[in-house]
Amino acid sequence: MLFAIVPLIVDGLANAALIFFVAVGLTLVFSVLRILNVAHGSFYSIGAYVAASIGLWIISSGLNPWLSFPALLIAAALVAALMGPLIERTLVHWTYGKGEAVQILVTFGLFLILEDLQRIVFGVRSIYADTPMALLGVSEIGGIIYLNYQLLLIGLAVLTLIGLRLFIRHTRQGKLISAVVEDREVSEAMGINTRRIFMMAFTLGVFLAALGGALATPTSGVAPGLGAETMVLAFAVAAIAGLGQVEGAAVAAVIVGVARVLAIYYVPALDAVAPYLVMLVVLLIWPYGLFGTTQSRRI
Amino acid sequence: MRPATLYLLLAGGVLAMAALPILLPWKQFVMTVAMAKGFAALGVALLLRAGMISIGHALFLALGAYAAAFMSRGAGITDLGLLILGSVAISTVCGALVGAYMVRYRAIFFAMLNLAVSMVVFSLLAKLYRVTGGTDGMRVPVPTIFGMEYDKSQFDAILYYVALVLIVAVGFLVHRYLKSPLGHALAAVHSNEVRLEYLGVSAWRVLLVAYTVSAALAGLGGVLTAVAVGHVLPEYAYWTESGHLVLTAVLGGIGGVAGPFLGSIFLEFVHSFAVGYADDAWNMINGIALLLVIFFLPQGLYGLIARRRAAKSVMERDEDK
Repeated sequence: MLFAIVPLIVDGLANAALIFFVAVGLTLVFSVLRILNVAHGSFYSIGAYVAASIGLWIISSGLNPWLSFPALLIAAALVAALMGPLIERTLVHWTYGKGEAVQILVTFGLFLILEDLQRIVFGVRSIYADTPMALLGVSEIGGIIYLNYQLLLIGLAVLTLIGLRLFIRHTRQGKLISAVVEDREVSEAMGINTRRIFMMAFTLGVFLAALGGALATPTSGVAPGLGAETMVLAFAVAAIAGLGQVEGAAVAAVIVGVARVLAIYYVPALDAVAPYLVMLVVLLIWPYGLFGTTQSRRI
Repeated sequence: MRPATLYLLLAGGVLAMAALPILLPWKQFVMTVAMAKGFAALGVALLLRAGMISIGHALFLALGAYAAAFMSRGAGITDLGLLILGSVAISTVCGALVGAYMVRYRAIFFAMLNLAVSMVVFSLLAKLYRVTGGTDGMRVPVPTIFGMEYDKSQFDAILYYVALVLIVAVGFLVHRYLKSPLGHALAAVHSNEVRLEYLGVSAWRVLLVAYTVSAALAGLGGVLTAVAVGHVLPEYAYWTESGHLVLTAVLGGIGGVAGPFLGSIFLEFVHSFAVGYADDAWNMINGIALLLVIFFLPQGLYGLIARRRAAKSVMERDEDK
């Protein structure tokens, strides 16, 4: 029984790792900018498309296939550098201080635009670039075969979590970010350039989402509609954790990832539904998520 | 603009719509669907008045549509009137049940929980092949009207006018609702919920009524769409469809009942011009339109016409704070 469960758990964790990258970006942007970016999932799929395109280009131009690993990272960095500051400075910037309704509407408009932009640039066919997965091969532990790439994903997610924590708690920039999260006005009064912090946090969020997408291409490829799917999933994870909770997002990602994989194996009809069911149940009991703190209502 | 002028203008609009099948017969079908979607957008607009965005209201559109499909296929009910009544009743009940859970939440949580529920239903509709026909959807036979059988083209002509009459009748009822204390309380939820509760009004109740009404409206849009198209698909519940409803409501303007219909009909005209040139970019056009409306026309198209009478839009009220 236990042996049957272990591969499922590994599968679920690899799944969770990918969701974690997007969800933590979403939650980070929310905690700093106080904006739920509905277009966040699009950065995931754009990251995936760019990574897949670069990956296929590396293979077709006969370069060393091992280059496809740094290519994943470069793809994410490229997307973040190009889109992060641009979008934050223009559209997102305009919504600061506006109501949440406006913020949701504006980012939803952005989502619609990005969705079709991907169709126009990358076409409507699904793209597969599985070189990194094939290169790493498989390993056998206790008679069960694991994809090494999946293990790499889990490792990377854990490293990212630790890295983020170290960055936020122990570096100057990170501490500036937490100060802004704690109290925007006081931080400004103390001379913190919040505009710069906002741009940095947003770009970091875009990078994490794009990295998740880039890392997902070797195992699952990329097809139209991926952005929308990912967005809902990322929100489910962020909401289960409580919006703004970085470590909580990791726990929630594991819950959702494992729940999803278990559903695929045991109740296939429910596989797509599982994350939302978990979210609905969690929010029914803890309205602000597992680790969220209650917000006071405005008077 | 004086009220009398506005009513004249609205009456003129209805007359123009009534003359449309004679002047532009090829537009009749798409306009029926646009009017049907207008009902659902009106439902979304009600919630927008309270400052709550639902990115999941296509759920109730789909429920209304599938209810019609099940009734005509499974239960053998073919009468158009019964189909409409039954579907609206089902989506109303579902709206009250889902709403009782939803209206505890505000802002982002409200938006995204609606999204989550609609996605659950979308997945179930697509997966439960034996019950719902899966991604193929279900065919809806041409309904009868008071026992009379019509062929598809005759039925379409009648349905167009049924939809138009319903817009006037339902529009009037919703207008009365918005003018009632319960309707005015919606705006109060948005501007200051706690103060409203100090007055002894339950925000939960105000919102639950609004949510139920909005679900009923979306269900009405669903059943009209189902019988007009003759086919229901899981995509009716997909979240981009919900987003489209929000866009329609915001574009048309939430200041008056006519707004969402105006938005829906306007979008349909834009769509029929854009089709052929920019099929791949339809979502992008929608997105850009949404941004332009938010930036430059916060009261929507309706606000253009009824400038002074229109209630303040979501955007403007936020800026007041």
